[in-house]
Amino acid sequence: MSATTDSDERVRDISPLRRALIRPELGGIVGTVAVFTFFLLLAGNSGMFAAQGVMNWATVSAQFMIIAVGACLLMIAGEFDLSVGSMIGFAGMMVAIFGVTLGWPMWIAILLTFVICMTLGAINGLIVVRTGLPSFIVTLATLFILRGFSIFIPQTVERKTNIGGIKEAAEGDWLASLFGAKIGQPIFQWLGDQGIIGTFTRGNLQGKPVVEGIPMLMVWALGIIIFGHILLTRTRFGNWIFAAGGDAQAARYVGVPVNRVKILLFMFTAFCATVFAVCQVTEFGSAASDRGMLKEFEAIIAVVIGGALLTGGYGSVIGAALGALIFGVVQQGLFFAGVESSLFRVFLGVILLLAVILNTYIRRLITGER
Amino acid sequence: MAETQTPIVQMKGIEKHFGSVIALAGVSVDVHPGECHCLLGDNGAGKSTFIKTMSGVHKPTRGEILFEGAEMQFDDPRDAITAGIATVYQDLAMIPLMSVSRNFFMGNEPLKRVGPLKLFDHEFANRVTMEEMKKMGINLRGPDQAVGTLSGGERQTVAIARAVHFGAKVLILDEPTSALGVRQTANVLSTIDKVRKTGVAVVFITHNVRHAMAVGDRFTVLNRGKTLGTAKRGEITPEELQDMMAGGQELVALEGSLGGTV
Repeated sequence: MSATTDSDERVRDISPLRRALIRPELGGIVGTVAVFTFFLLLAGNSGMFAAQGVMNWATVSAQFMIIAVGACLLMIAGEFDLSVGSMIGFAGMMVAIFGVTLGWPMWIAILLTFVICMTLGAINGLIVVRTGLPSFIVTLATLFILRGFSIFIPQTVERKTNIGGIKEAAEGDWLASLFGAKIGQPIFQWLGDQGIIGTFTRGNLQGKPVVEGIPMLMVWALGIIIFGHILLTRTRFGNWIFAAGGDAQAARYVGVPVNRVKILLFMFTAFCATVFAVCQVTEFGSAASDRGMLKEFEAIIAVVIGGALLTGGYGSVIGAALGALIFGVVQQGLFFAGVESSLFRVFLGVILLLAVILNTYIRRLITGER
Repeated sequence: MAETQTPIVQMKGIEKHFGSVIALAGVSVDVHPGECHCLLGDNGAGKSTFIKTMSGVHKPTRGEILFEGAEMQFDDPRDAITAGIATVYQDLAMIPLMSVSRNFFMGNEPLKRVGPLKLFDHEFANRVTMEEMKKMGINLRGPDQAVGTLSGGERQTVAIARAVHFGAKVLILDEPTSALGVRQTANVLSTIDKVRKTGVAVVFITHNVRHAMAVGDRFTVLNRGKTLGTAKRGEITPEELQDMMAGGQELVALEGSLGGTV
């Protein structure tokens, strides 16, 4: 055997650039800078970066972030959940049926909805780990089943697919305000009084700031991102997530409870979808059967833009959150810039393709494959 | 030396049937602490089935397993690992996309308390990983280097170091050298030697007689699901082992034509 030396002449030192390249967040950071630069130049004067405009794209981004974090952790563990969009519609409808149609207290309606949806998430996970079928197919089935029920149930009990009156039912409810309220109103009032942000100049809102506070939706988004990031990078469970997606069999041989990890993450994506739904219905005041359409794909695209590998085992929550931000800024930015909105889909397809190609290249860098 | 001690693992008359297929028809092997017991056999001889019964993946149809003198029933691999029997599989040892340090502690993550949370102690994990790798003669760029950048031999070595670090008393190595080059094979064999000297019992599965002769203390040959016998080092020549593996067929003629390189 060769003598132990402190360095191996065959291992080249890698450059800082190469080292930075193998961080999963890189694509997200570069993309975010590019997107902001682009819209500052193109739509800098359109009000996109005034208080109201910022609130507009930040809200959309926060929505994407909530479901992207769930999809990100699940994708790193090697699975997909295509039922997220349907779950959003279904969860919103459950809140409306329990809280409005049945007239139960809103906090019971919301808690019950969380229990039902997370159970459905657990069933998704159980079917996937028990049958060994691709989660792509299993959750595609759930996508249709849940969408069907979120049309059928309100049709049957209310004879319509849109149930309103949630705002009134949620009035003064402690749990509903955790999802639908806004915080920091005094600060925004002060900012308005100081002339830092705009105020309404006429009507019954005269003197009120154009942005009255931070919606709880954003607080949830931030909370879920921090939770997901710490869980993934700083805990034992996080190591199990990487292991389950990297090579499930190798992980099992050293005693990682792979099935438990996957089932819990299916429950977490269901949780994220339900948070999304409850924030949405408490803000709009109504639930509709078609809510959340295509959200599952948007979540997956945000995660891929954020640097995660579709094959699992690699990715980052911060990256996914930046992917969601890019998504939100571009979708709303094209509107501010006056670009035809159908071009957003073209952009989406192109960026998705670029991200996947870049990620495959980065995977080779990490593993040293040629 | 080996025969004065009690064996750490005794496998007595192990039979394993898969439906109508008799994979093992009565295999008996004992393994002593601090020895390298080589299990040789051609493809289909039952080596894999045999070590899978030892590591808890399969339950034997007949026969008994004594671990440290007491009869043991392993329901799953986890039981065997807890008892101190660790197995390193050829392809499934490591996860390429994860760092060496994350791989090393996979399933045994060190925790530290930060306020109300129990977090993965990366500092400790990184330090221990670097120390252990140094002991095994692997120079890492850093503990966060991905396993995918290591060579096949280094991956086997990391897996062996991991098993030993977490208290394996019996280390089963499933064909650790069969996919490796000359130099990497030498590294793995020297790792086996280091591990044996710490008092761990090593079960080394291979079909390469030269690799077995390099480190083995005793040699058991399996053929068609049966033990053909166990020999001590110095009692048997490589040619005899080779012939036994081939089922007693004379390989002399073939060996002559190939210049003795089989």
